[in-house]
Amino acid sequence: MSTTLFWLAVGALLWLIGLHGLLTLRDALRRIIAINLMGSGVFLVMIALAARVVPSDPVLVALVVTGLVVAVSATALALRLAGSAERGKSS
Amino acid sequence: MTEWLLDAVLALLLLALAGGALHARNRYAGVLLFIAFGLVLALIWARLGAPDLALAEAAIGAGLTGVLLLAALARQPAGSGAEGVSFARHRLAAAAVLVPLLMILLQGLDPLAEQRSPLPELATGALGQSGVSHPVTAVLLNYRAWDTLLELAVLLLALLGARQLGPARFEVERPWPLLRAWSRSLAPLLLLAGGYLLWSGSSAPGGAFQAGSLLAAGVVLLRLAGVLPALRWSFWPLRLLVLLGLLLFLAVAIACAWFGAGWLVYPDGWAKPLILVIEVAATLSIAASLSLLVVGEAREASA
Repeated sequence: MSTTLFWLAVGALLWLIGLHGLLTLRDALRRIIAINLMGSGVFLVMIALAARVVPSDPVLVALVVTGLVVAVSATALALRLAGSAERGKSS
Repeated sequence: MTEWLLDAVLALLLLALAGGALHARNRYAGVLLFIAFGLVLALIWARLGAPDLALAEAAIGAGLTGVLLLAALARQPAGSGAEGVSFARHRLAAAAVLVPLLMILLQGLDPLAEQRSPLPELATGALGQSGVSHPVTAVLLNYRAWDTLLELAVLLLALLGARQLGPARFEVERPWPLLRAWSRSLAPLLLLAGGYLLWSGSSAPGGAFQAGSLLAAGVVLLRLAGVLPALRWSFWPLRLLVLLGLLLFLAVAIACAWFGAGWLVYPDGWAKPLILVIEVAATLSIAASLSLLVVGEAREASA
């Protein structure tokens, strides 16, 4: 098994761990973590593909760098939404 | 052999931390495991030959997301959100769906491992005309500048969306004295490191995203230490900083379309200065937006 295939498999597994969490957990905070894990799994697949050549494929790396910033801003918005939903429920 | 051992250990650690972050008994432990997950992921990026990404992940994935999650945890009333224990049968059913899915995914991904893409050669081949010598920065700010432009727009949208939900109630407790003392000496170093990352981005791993997130991490640290006053949206220089990157980028895009060959096609010889200006503006915008998103703003008297 090549290194690329190994990391591709780890990425797929990580994505599935996130999906499993999303399907089975009820808590908003944990679900947001689960979505983040799924995102990391996709990034891992992309970087494993980028590492097929040396040096790494700059296009894929640049896409993932952009993706990271988008992921953190989406997480921030999701947490705020979850927070206001919680407050709406309790009041 | 040693490389395999390192890979296996990193992968096992990553998957175990991911599982732990989701299924830890209490949520606080889950968040801490998720921060550790981000750090291990940064190591893996470095191992896979993507140092740009390792820098960004260490600052964003482990630092800022961690602060975001901990702040959200502190904001929720204690005892809310029961531990969300689901039935074992429920979990088994989910696993029964996911295992076949894993097989399908692996079958789909397997042929990709052998394919070769023409993009890396194209990217390095055109590096001479791109104005910078680091291929990742060239892709981000020249070949695929559209992505970066839209990414700044997404960041702004997230910030506006968060603002619509009212003030964030980010309250700073009395800071720990050691943190206070430390942050005073760390702040100039962080500023220096951010500037260095920004400047080195043209020829080595680094650039606007990494520098911006590092600066944002610095602002968050200072805010937590109580050294910095609350960030207020009504303070106009801050608003200007948030908008600066997107506005400047758009102005360059329009000027290129109007006077030059097309949207974001830089004229010959202008690529280097244009990229530098855009990068500085984008760094400031990213730093301002991320720190506003993470540490929010104090409750405004008029709101």
